[in-house]
Amino acid sequence: MELTREEESALKGEQGEIMEMAYRILVATGEATDAEKLIPIEWTHLSGVNYNTIGDAGEEFLSSISKDARVKVKTTLNPMGFDIDNVSNYGLDENFISKQLSIRNSYETMGVIPSFSCIPYEIFDIPKVGTQVAFAESNAAIHANSYDNLKTNKESAFSALASALTGKSPYSSLRKEDSPNVSIRMNVDNPNELTYGMLGYFAGKVGDISVNISGLGEMDNRQCKAMCGGMGTSGTCAKFIFGEDDSDSEKIDFDEKAMQNVHDELNTSEKGDIITLGSPQLGLEEISELAGKLKGRSFEKRCMIFTPRTIKEKAQKIGYTNELERAGCEILSDCCTCLTPLINKNDVDAVTTNSIKGAFYLKNSNGVDVNLKSLSRIIEDETR
Amino acid sequence: MKVLVSGKVEGVVLKSKNAINFLGTVDKKTGIISDKNHDLYQKSIKDTILAFPSGVGSSVGAYTIYSIKSNNTAPLAMICMKADLTVATGCALANIPLVILSDEEFSSINDGMKLSLDTDSVNPIQYQ
Repeated sequence: MELTREEESALKGEQGEIMEMAYRILVATGEATDAEKLIPIEWTHLSGVNYNTIGDAGEEFLSSISKDARVKVKTTLNPMGFDIDNVSNYGLDENFISKQLSIRNSYETMGVIPSFSCIPYEIFDIPKVGTQVAFAESNAAIHANSYDNLKTNKESAFSALASALTGKSPYSSLRKEDSPNVSIRMNVDNPNELTYGMLGYFAGKVGDISVNISGLGEMDNRQCKAMCGGMGTSGTCAKFIFGEDDSDSEKIDFDEKAMQNVHDELNTSEKGDIITLGSPQLGLEEISELAGKLKGRSFEKRCMIFTPRTIKEKAQKIGYTNELERAGCEILSDCCTCLTPLINKNDVDAVTTNSIKGAFYLKNSNGVDVNLKSLSRIIEDETR
Repeated sequence: MKVLVSGKVEGVVLKSKNAINFLGTVDKKTGIISDKNHDLYQKSIKDTILAFPSGVGSSVGAYTIYSIKSNNTAPLAMICMKADLTVATGCALANIPLVILSDEEFSSINDGMKLSLDTDSVNPIQYQ
């Protein structure tokens, strides 16, 4: 990768340790993705916020760099481990809370917007077509490339941080025009958001950098998000290209059998003790729709709902949160199902969710069983 | 062969046929793989030369690599077939040597093999 004289100087450490580290990460990223140069980016979205995921090493690292490091471009932030408004209801220990607040403080000191959301594409204005960004949250990177006409690598937590500190990112293949080497034909009738989540998970396993998908009908926002969340969980792929593919690329069917395989891999229980909705976090449209579906009904089990703080505030004003709480929902902002420390196997055997991404991490990281159901099935089976 | 993070180490290869999602499937304190569907389930990656096709999944996996290095449960080096940003940047920050091999070179590396890796050498991989 070619560097400018100024970039070379930073890599040699002539602009301080922070810049040296940032450029070392950018160079490794660039070499890994065959980029020929670095280019300016306008927005970064960072992962690596939840103390549950980054641990003491991450907390100490951020605390140390935040003494000097400052972001150079608009930088937003993934969810953390809890909602400070109701954290006392969930039995987290004091160490967790204080370490999480230290992480929050380090990011704020560096100049990061404390959005604590995995759906930046729903809570911030989308810049003009073709804008180069650097999104670390996998579902957000895929959404940005596939639906929002933005361009990003599927950044790692560190490459996005390096981009925030330098305002640059390697000019890798996802930032250019590319042609996917695999084309998936959607061949399942009457799909719901769970189907699309499984399709995304399947696509992430067979695709490489981007994947073509044909045979899709009209999709709603929930289904688009589910597909991005699924793909981000299983692979390195970071872009859907929609439409018929006439090229010679490999064609693979996503049919009932392929879907059943994904289902069997992730669904380990026939029922759950609690329900979680939101990974990715729910947007206002989904909250509104849920409030509508719950009119006159109540959950018979605990139901945790994850949404960004800005959405929760809007939902409060409109009256949705009252309606949801009446139906027995616990509404949590700033955090998400994925990698939540609020669910653990000492208290919970199995979780019912419609999120493929949530299912993967609940199963593998939280060690609980998962019962996969679409939202309409959840409402049918679990409320009255 | 492509060098993403340089270095010099000697060790025994732990080889996996499956990609690794570092976030959530690698125990930070022990380096043990916790994913029941993974071919390295219940094995520790600590102090191995870890050969696997590529990293996959959540971008926060880079912090897991940094954490296992800080906890002394990290591999000595990593060898992949496909470069991915989570592994590349995690190794860059944690200073764990990382090389990318062609499919053919990768298939000539076997589980349990002793090898030395020196990314500055003309023949970076020497079998022992």
